[in-house]
Amino acid sequence: MELGVLAALNAERTARRATILVTDVASGVQRLVKTGDMAADPLAEALDRQLRMAKSGMVEADGRSWFLTVQAPHPRVIVTGAVHISQAMAPMAKLLDLDLVIVDPRTAFATAERFPDVRLLAEWPDEAIATLGLDAYTAFVALTHDPKIDDPGLEAALRSDCFYIGALGSRKTHGRRLERLSAAGFGEADTARIHAPIGLDIGAVSPAEIALAILGEIVSTLRGPRRKPA
Amino acid sequence: MISTDSDILSTAETWAKAGRSVALATVVETWGSAPRPVGSHLVIDGEGNFLGSVSGGCVEGAVVEEAAEVIADGRARTLEFGVADETAWKVGLSCGGSIKVYVEKVS
Repeated sequence: MELGVLAALNAERTARRATILVTDVASGVQRLVKTGDMAADPLAEALDRQLRMAKSGMVEADGRSWFLTVQAPHPRVIVTGAVHISQAMAPMAKLLDLDLVIVDPRTAFATAERFPDVRLLAEWPDEAIATLGLDAYTAFVALTHDPKIDDPGLEAALRSDCFYIGALGSRKTHGRRLERLSAAGFGEADTARIHAPIGLDIGAVSPAEIALAILGEIVSTLRGPRRKPA
Repeated sequence: MISTDSDILSTAETWAKAGRSVALATVVETWGSAPRPVGSHLVIDGEGNFLGSVSGGCVEGAVVEEAAEVIADGRARTLEFGVADETAWKVGLSCGGSIKVYVEKVS
């Protein structure tokens, strides 16, 4: 491997951008395929498949063996609301190997006692998100029901290319939310990105079941096929 | 884990930039039960120092030896280890699986 290729691979990983190193195992010829170039690559389909699984692997094409070194950024979930549902989400996210961050400016809610072993920021979402950053490997979940807290987070999420946006609330609550976002200048195509009612439709009742439905929807969005077979 | 293998790629870059001869070994295929998943890395320098793991200790010695050849002639190669392999008696995988390891020079 050329040192320049290795350095570029490391730089892309540090910047949290998906990258795949393609190696012709027989000849040793390599190319680095960055996020924006994947669709145009001759191995586009295989690249897409491996990237969705975040797994390196060997593929056969044109009578050759190619090894794909897949670097997919570690998925993160940013949640506004230090509430019951996020209490249940924290240990589940850990099992799923998702980095969870909970943001809630209400210090009575955001206590280490209620949220052991999870990154907790007692800040306003827009401030927290400015620090955390939202990218294509980040999911944003709004759980407070309080527009003062949820809306700034949702607006930041809609301006980013985060892979999942979900907001808790009834259809009525969501209707009012859409009106506010529309007044803030977001179009229908923007607000259609918000999963609401939030979570997979599994008839969830308890906070833990709702947490499961939300995380199921996040995993499905992360791993599910982005291109439907013809 | 991914983070560990990422650290190894960073180490490979650091070592190479410091002027050390460096080879990178990567698990490219596994069959049966293998101790380290596809994509696992081992970085080796010209002095035989290494970091990372391609098999949890079973075949690292052989990979490090082969890496010296790769560093010397610059040619990448693929090594196979497993119970069906004759060398298995010496450096085989006790778990019964087999693996392919791609070894290349960083230059």
